[in-house]
Amino acid sequence: MSCIEQMKYEILLDRTTYKAAREYIEKNSEEVYYVSPGYKIFKDYHIIGVPPIALGAKGNALIFTYTKPCYGTFVLTVDNEDSIKEIDRLRKMETEKVTPSLKKSKPAESSRAPLTSFQDMWKK
Amino acid sequence: MTGEKVLLMMGCPEVPIQTSIALYLSHKLANLGFDVTVAGTGAANQLLKVSDSDGYYVKKLVNLDKTLEDVIENRADFDICFAFMHNDAGMTYAATMSAVSKAKLYSIVFGRNAEALAETIEFDCEMIIEKAAHNPVQLKNRLDKVVEGILK
Repeated sequence: MSCIEQMKYEILLDRTTYKAAREYIEKNSEEVYYVSPGYKIFKDYHIIGVPPIALGAKGNALIFTYTKPCYGTFVLTVDNEDSIKEIDRLRKMETEKVTPSLKKSKPAESSRAPLTSFQDMWKK
Repeated sequence: MTGEKVLLMMGCPEVPIQTSIALYLSHKLANLGFDVTVAGTGAANQLLKVSDSDGYYVKKLVNLDKTLEDVIENRADFDICFAFMHNDAGMTYAATMSAVSKAKLYSIVFGRNAEALAETIEFDCEMIIEKAAHNPVQLKNRLDKVVEGILK
């Protein structure tokens, strides 16, 4: 899972808790998508995390968590061709999720998660 | 219980009792007929290798990230998993294991902040919480009872 360490990334938050990292992504991204633990990005990095795993998009940059056993969780951002592909893939996945619910005449879900925490969404 | 696959997931080896408990639990479970794999970080594995240089207590020692990757990719899985944790990252790894594996999960929460860390656990598991950092005896006794429960 160390392929990330070989990429050109920027650290946005370091040595924090997973919860704080997720909240940072939710508050500092233009779009937020939720995936399951183990979701694979950049071909071979499986995200370690406490569900729901938040992935953020800001422009063409992908914002994500990276957890190291001895150092805690980091929030990293990568802005390159691969991040554009990953953001496109997340958008497509959201569209596929929404389409069936529209067909069943259920209320349409936003393809972009609100910029609040996941916990707050369920309190409403 | 013969042949049931058990994973011991070691995190950061900063707190001393992790190594001794992993050696003890691996040997105890293997003697009871379990197929035991110990997975750890590079440093945690080196501590174990030096302590058990002939591989007497730990027969299968593997890389933690590689093992998680194998479970995520459905190349491997376990029946029982003991996840060691004394910090948020350890809890995060266990949460991932909980989400991707069918294993019955036991969270071994130890170290000075054990109680506070245990309160952050939101996934389904049996918790063994012990504030110990240097003396492994109380945690060993707790785990003996847990193993007795598994054998029933």
